[in-house]
Amino acid sequence: MKIYVPLDSAAVALGADDLADAIVAAAADRNIEVQVIRNGSRGMAWLEPLVEIETDAGRIGYGNVDASDAAALLDGKLSSLGKVDDLPFLARQTRLTFARCGVIDPLDLTNYQAHGGLVGLRRAAQMDQAAIVDEVTKSGLRGRGGAGFPTGIKWKTVSDATADQKYIVCNADEGDSGTFADRMIMEGDPFSLIEGMAIAGLGVGATKGYVYLRSEYPVAIRVMRAAVEAARKGGVLGADVMGSGRAFDMEIRVGAGAYVCGEETALLNSLEGKRGTVRAKPPLPALEGFMGRPTVVNNVISLASVPVIFEKGADHYASFGVGRSRGTVTLQIAGNVKHGGLFETAFGTTLGEVVNDIAGGTASGRPVKAVQVGGPLGAYMPVSKFDTPMGYEEFDQNGGLIGHAGLVVFDDSADMLQMARFAMEFCAVESCGKCTPCRIGAVRGVETIDRIAQGDGAAIELLTDLCETMKDGSLCALGGFTPFPVMSALTHFPDEFAAQKQAAE
Amino acid sequence: MSTLAAPNENDLKDLISSHLNLEGPMLPILHALQHAYGYIPALAHGLIAEALNITKAEVHGVISFYHDFREKPAGTHVIKLCRAEACQSVGANALAADTLKKLGLDWHETSADGSITIEPVYCLGLCACAPAAMVDDRLVARVDGAKMDKILKELGA
Repeated sequence: MKIYVPLDSAAVALGADDLADAIVAAAADRNIEVQVIRNGSRGMAWLEPLVEIETDAGRIGYGNVDASDAAALLDGKLSSLGKVDDLPFLARQTRLTFARCGVIDPLDLTNYQAHGGLVGLRRAAQMDQAAIVDEVTKSGLRGRGGAGFPTGIKWKTVSDATADQKYIVCNADEGDSGTFADRMIMEGDPFSLIEGMAIAGLGVGATKGYVYLRSEYPVAIRVMRAAVEAARKGGVLGADVMGSGRAFDMEIRVGAGAYVCGEETALLNSLEGKRGTVRAKPPLPALEGFMGRPTVVNNVISLASVPVIFEKGADHYASFGVGRSRGTVTLQIAGNVKHGGLFETAFGTTLGEVVNDIAGGTASGRPVKAVQVGGPLGAYMPVSKFDTPMGYEEFDQNGGLIGHAGLVVFDDSADMLQMARFAMEFCAVESCGKCTPCRIGAVRGVETIDRIAQGDGAAIELLTDLCETMKDGSLCALGGFTPFPVMSALTHFPDEFAAQKQAAE
Repeated sequence: MSTLAAPNENDLKDLISSHLNLEGPMLPILHALQHAYGYIPALAHGLIAEALNITKAEVHGVISFYHDFREKPAGTHVIKLCRAEACQSVGANALAADTLKKLGLDWHETSADGSITIEPVYCLGLCACAPAAMVDDRLVARVDGAKMDKILKELGA
């Protein structure tokens, strides 16, 4: 009997390790042969740990299984959710990047290949640099880390640069609250990231890659390191990638708890062993990146989406989406929601559909007040903006940003003044200190919001002015985008800032 | 976490030199030191500076920049409570306030008997099953008052 128990952090944090042990022990008691496979997560966080038993009819799921349920599970006494693939949350998705996540054994290269793995890399190994870059450009893939920069253009810049050494750096410093897609794919389908990086290496002529992975993700670090080893053994990495005659190898590097290192130039400094301060651009990392050499810096999801583009073709990928947002978006639905998790779908679904329909509203059962989209630097979108389609330009036009596509839902008990204050406080804690608007502005921001809370209405104008300065004068998105949550809270929920004033008067 | 006895120059030098083949060896060295000793021993600063041909001030600059690196040992157990937005949306602020009160500590403080250090963390990627915490190397999700009480009891708080 094959039983799947996720090794994903969310499942583990809810007891999956103990559960896996309990299943093995209960099977031994019963003298039945059980193969426990530690898969990734299917992305239905409210069901974790979600156990699956393989049957002739498909994989049958059991939700919220506790270690104490192991015996009942084996004895067939637990009530099931039915076939996991038929669960509406999964059945409604278009899974391209996450097609294998939760399905396969993450560290079994043979299993990976049985589900379409390495088809893309084999194809890329037959193509020259220009053709590889062209395929990525045609797919319309844009940076999934937040900035949405066209991946093909970045690759072309690096490909065209001349240097004795070029690098592929994967930004796995996923520090935004409400995001976990990078973590999930690294834990659940690490070979897809490795394959994507190898294709990037062949595409731009880079022979060395690094994954800069945050230290807050111990499971992802362990899985990625093991996967790199397995990929070397399998000939995916090394001196002769898939018989192409071209070399590419990679290393996993661990961050050290600095949010700002998710900014690409701070990340490069950190990787070089320096303080994680932001660099002024230009020079672009594509020309002078890691160790001053031409470097592709891409987010995990951008790189992990590359294999499917090469497997199914750029046109197939580009056939999904809306406007200039092509392909799929890996929505991460989090916070106060009934059905939270990973939902991959074509760009274009509206925010309201995601929150009310897919996620089923709040977990508390209270009305939704606001949704912070795009992490701590993203705007609080009020219910009145729920018709905004999930797309880069579409969010921009509505005063927000899609960022890494994380959504944090708040019910009506949220205190928006406090959320605005937290945004400034977070910026103050995490500022790298290089530029004044961010370093000093965030501290003054906290003080100014405290003045508003104490009834000083005149401070609202000051806060607005401060946000303008931070937005225009900061070197990177930390100082530059902190005004998004602050100003969106102030603009959409003015009563919460004014009411404080009246209460004090 | 802490495995080695008091740091001595030879052990430190060995540990540092085993990373010198890497490009950008600084963070791997610091992680290895902290893994071995539970903190970055002051004795190591000069040795790292020498090995990497940089100043001691630069070494200090790097260590003090990152939240992860400690200049003195933490308590026997470290609780990291997530303070980020997704956890806040489901009661992390109240949970944090209660936990700090129960321990009689503020953020970054260690209990008088050295058993527990409590620190904030900004996102563990468990945002769809919040509030989240990390107790030593163990991740915990959907933490409520009862779960926290159980954790504190296990840690002997």
